Amino acid sequence: MPFDLTIPLELSLAIAPEAVMFVGAMLLMLVAASKGDSDATQRFVGVGALGVILAAVAMVITMAAQGRGAGAGPVASDPFRFAVAVVVLLGAFGTIALAIEDNVREGVRLGETHVLTLFASGGMMLMGAARDLMVLFLAIEIMSLAVYVLAGINRRSGRSAESALKYFLLGSFSTAFLLFGIALVYGATGSTNLAEIGAAVGAGLGPSAGVLHVGIALMLIGFAFKVSAAPFHMWAPDVYEGSPTAVTAFMAATVKAASFAAFLRVWSEAFPLAVELWRGPLMAVAILTMIVGSVVALPQQNIKRMLAYSSIVHSGYLLIAVLANTSLGRSALLFYLVSYTLATLGSFAVVGAVSRPNEGRLGLADYHGLWHERPWLAMAMGIYMFALLGFPIFGGSGFMAKWYMLDASLSGPFTMPWVAVALVPTSAISAGFYLYLVMLMFMKDRPADHRVGATGPFTRIVIGATAVAILVLGIVATPLVRWAEQGAPMAGSSVSIPRSDTR
Amino acid sequence: MNAFLQSIHYGSWILPTLLSIPLVGVIILWVHGFVAERAGWTGPASDDAARWVTLATFLTMFLLSTGLWWSFDPFGGYQFAVDLPWMPHWGIRFSLALDGISIFLILLTTFLMPIAVLSGWTSIDKRVHTYHGLFLVLTTGMMGVFMARDTFLFYMMWEIVLVPMFFIIGIWGGERRLYAAIKFFIYTLVGSLLMLLAILYLGLAATDPVTGRPDFAYDAILAVAPTLSVNERFWLFLAFFSAFAVKIPLFPFHTWLPDAHVEAPTEGSVDLAAILLKMGTYGLLRFSLPLFPDIAFQPVVRYTILTLAVVGVVYGALVALVQTDFKRLVAYSSVSHMGLVVLGIFSMTLESMQGAMMVQLSHGLSTGALFLMIGMVYDRRHTRALSAFGGLARVMPVYSLFLMLAVMSSIAVPGTNGFIGEFLVLAGSFQTQPLLTVIAATSVVLSALFMLWATQRVLFNALDKPENRNLPDMNWREVCMMVPVAAIIVYIGVHPAPLLRRMEPRLKEVMMQVDAGSTDISVPSYGEGR
Repeated sequence: MPFDLTIPLELSLAIAPEAVMFVGAMLLMLVAASKGDSDATQRFVGVGALGVILAAVAMVITMAAQGRGAGAGPVASDPFRFAVAVVVLLGAFGTIALAIEDNVREGVRLGETHVLTLFASGGMMLMGAARDLMVLFLAIEIMSLAVYVLAGINRRSGRSAESALKYFLLGSFSTAFLLFGIALVYGATGSTNLAEIGAAVGAGLGPSAGVLHVGIALMLIGFAFKVSAAPFHMWAPDVYEGSPTAVTAFMAATVKAASFAAFLRVWSEAFPLAVELWRGPLMAVAILTMIVGSVVALPQQNIKRMLAYSSIVHSGYLLIAVLANTSLGRSALLFYLVSYTLATLGSFAVVGAVSRPNEGRLGLADYHGLWHERPWLAMAMGIYMFALLGFPIFGGSGFMAKWYMLDASLSGPFTMPWVAVALVPTSAISAGFYLYLVMLMFMKDRPADHRVGATGPFTRIVIGATAVAILVLGIVATPLVRWAEQGAPMAGSSVSIPRSDTR
Repeated sequence: MNAFLQSIHYGSWILPTLLSIPLVGVIILWVHGFVAERAGWTGPASDDAARWVTLATFLTMFLLSTGLWWSFDPFGGYQFAVDLPWMPHWGIRFSLALDGISIFLILLTTFLMPIAVLSGWTSIDKRVHTYHGLFLVLTTGMMGVFMARDTFLFYMMWEIVLVPMFFIIGIWGGERRLYAAIKFFIYTLVGSLLMLLAILYLGLAATDPVTGRPDFAYDAILAVAPTLSVNERFWLFLAFFSAFAVKIPLFPFHTWLPDAHVEAPTEGSVDLAAILLKMGTYGLLRFSLPLFPDIAFQPVVRYTILTLAVVGVVYGALVALVQTDFKRLVAYSSVSHMGLVVLGIFSMTLESMQGAMMVQLSHGLSTGALFLMIGMVYDRRHTRALSAFGGLARVMPVYSLFLMLAVMSSIAVPGTNGFIGEFLVLAGSFQTQPLLTVIAATSVVLSALFMLWATQRVLFNALDKPENRNLPDMNWREVCMMVPVAAIIVYIGVHPAPLLRRMEPRLKEVMMQVDAGSTDISVPSYGEGR
């Protein structure tokens, strides 16, 4: 029986997983406040946060299994929402595990780090669920505010403060675009509900069509900022470089995943019928993002900046799913997000393991000959690089994800051969920096004074689990494909084209 | 023999077994290396264990693969087939089989690998476990390319080959190894990504209308290719061709080859030259011609390719002529030989096609042998400059004997395998492409010139360098490597009929496919020779 969202109790039940996150976060905040700042508290809160995430995962799985839909209302209860929630929770779990040891290394004794991650993740889950622009905006703000603080959580680091300020200013700027866009769309269609907007767009708007167009353009810009698509990507490298490493992983993997989920939902539920309007610009943005990201990544000498540009390239690839606007595209997005989250978490885990306090040892030169000193670390990093490059077998699921995305770009009512073709040179260019790192790690000599410290158990687990998962999914991808196909259906998507209708 | 093989159901398990044996070897090596490091057993004994495990793996593989030779039925089409579901949602199957083209390349691989592994026996002394493990992975990839009957699987195997070779060149290579490794990787990657798009496009075009799943099986793609528009097929042909042209390498896409060959350790050069390059020409025979016959035989496309091939033949020979580094010289001679293969394939007569196959095999054997022998003197002198040698025949008589044989095979002296291939290619191509064949034939003279000149400078001349006076001759290990190669070189040279007989029906089939597919575009100059 579907949730009746007009009844408050039913509405509360429909957002139960998010509620678990928020309540858990608040309880842990009290714990953190009462115990005072210390390493032990920080660890305790961190482990507690992992527990909260597991509880939320259980909740999500239960709700997904029940399969209760929801009527028209502010939140969806569809497979896509739960699949996105799983991706977000996966990323949050890895982030918190990494942050516990990241904090120890950097001397951050605040248990609030993990609390903020939980709040942000709750907001992200809500972003995947929102079917109303107001709820969506609220969710984005819940996420963003928490992440702004996380970026600056290391108070003793000037870099961290700089990145927090930059992120806050540019994030607010982009939110303003989004909000203005929402206002104009509301003005044109008279509703903030995605389904109603979709219907209004379909019915034709007459004189207010111009307002809608400006609204869509502004929302597009807002989302492009959030997913760091070119030419709105400038903030990403600076922010990624300065933030604590675990937070960078969170921003690169999970914030991006949630932003894409919201982007996709708004675009496939509210604006599928305005497709002629946004396809051209969005396609240009996608291709530009791929090119800019891969070209500018080449000369980077700081590993975090390099990975930041790499994440921009991946935004370009992920935009294909928004462009495709089919159920195949949504499955591809989910698959890609899982694979990308694994590789991103893993690579930042290695970055954290290699780095020294006060954000030291982040240059590519610090990776020279890593294989000779820490073979497993270097091999894991090699797997992540091949996965991000989208190379078969050695990059495991990364290749499958790219294949899926290409599949989505070439099938469906509107094939995009040019976007697919753009993937070839950009992949080759990105080989120039992914492989360069592999080359440095395996083929250079290790400088005598470079010694990597001991790697903590949580980091080890994250590295081992992600590397193994990537390799296994690269051979046995079927379970994840099935999961992605099941997660594709979206409640109000009017363009839901199964593959069989396309040819 | 056949009855015995049938009684053990040889045909039903051989291909997956061949593919997985190297992986078993890798696991053994890995576990051994891990345990040895933990227990502190590092040192020569542990390294020796790694070498013996690898050799045993390759020998097992070779012995098992010999059954293919007897049980192969030339008229049986695709054989030893294994077909399992892999990723049903994407229409991808784990599907293997051999035909009259791929069986030779598989046998070449299994024959050369145990020999190649011996070449690094003493010269590779750092990270021995990893080194051999990479070669085992490489072997799986190479054999997978030749076995795959599913285009997705083919692409995967095609790419797998890149990574071990990248590490082998980059870690154990010569002075400019980093440059050579990354150039090799990126060059090949660009070509193969285009092929990936083409495979995807074809597989989606072959979507089953009932289930809505794409189909990447080779047969499905073969069936769907003619239904596409000429425009689509042209771009798809080009995408496939770009991957193959880089791999072959066809002039002007060859520039990665000299760097990679020269910088790679001996074993890597052998595998690169003998097997990796054949992946490109195999791709032409397996994909470009049967899928897009009309495009391949559209006069402009065909003559562009033929011209590039002939330019490569002559250019490779001319550049080889001026090399001062023995290994680089042999590398350029590969460009020349591979151009001859492409000439044979695109001339499209039975003789030229058989010749192309024979040149592939004999190039694998002769160039492999040459790289092995260059490696032997390099291990002794740590230089490959032709000017550093002279008069080695007097101090290393056994070595000189084998080197002369390899050189004669490389320059196609009658009585060696090289002659059969080159003769067939030139005789066959002359029937349809007289002018181009005459130009290509000059390479016979040129290659004799540069090869014999190089041999003279190394083996004969005066023994005037004091360092060369006391060079030891080949040891038992090196003799063991060269004897089988020499035997095969002579055997094929004297009695090629068993090979030709096995490849003929399949090549005729390819020609028929091409004939049938390209009749709608009239191509006046082709087919007259038959």
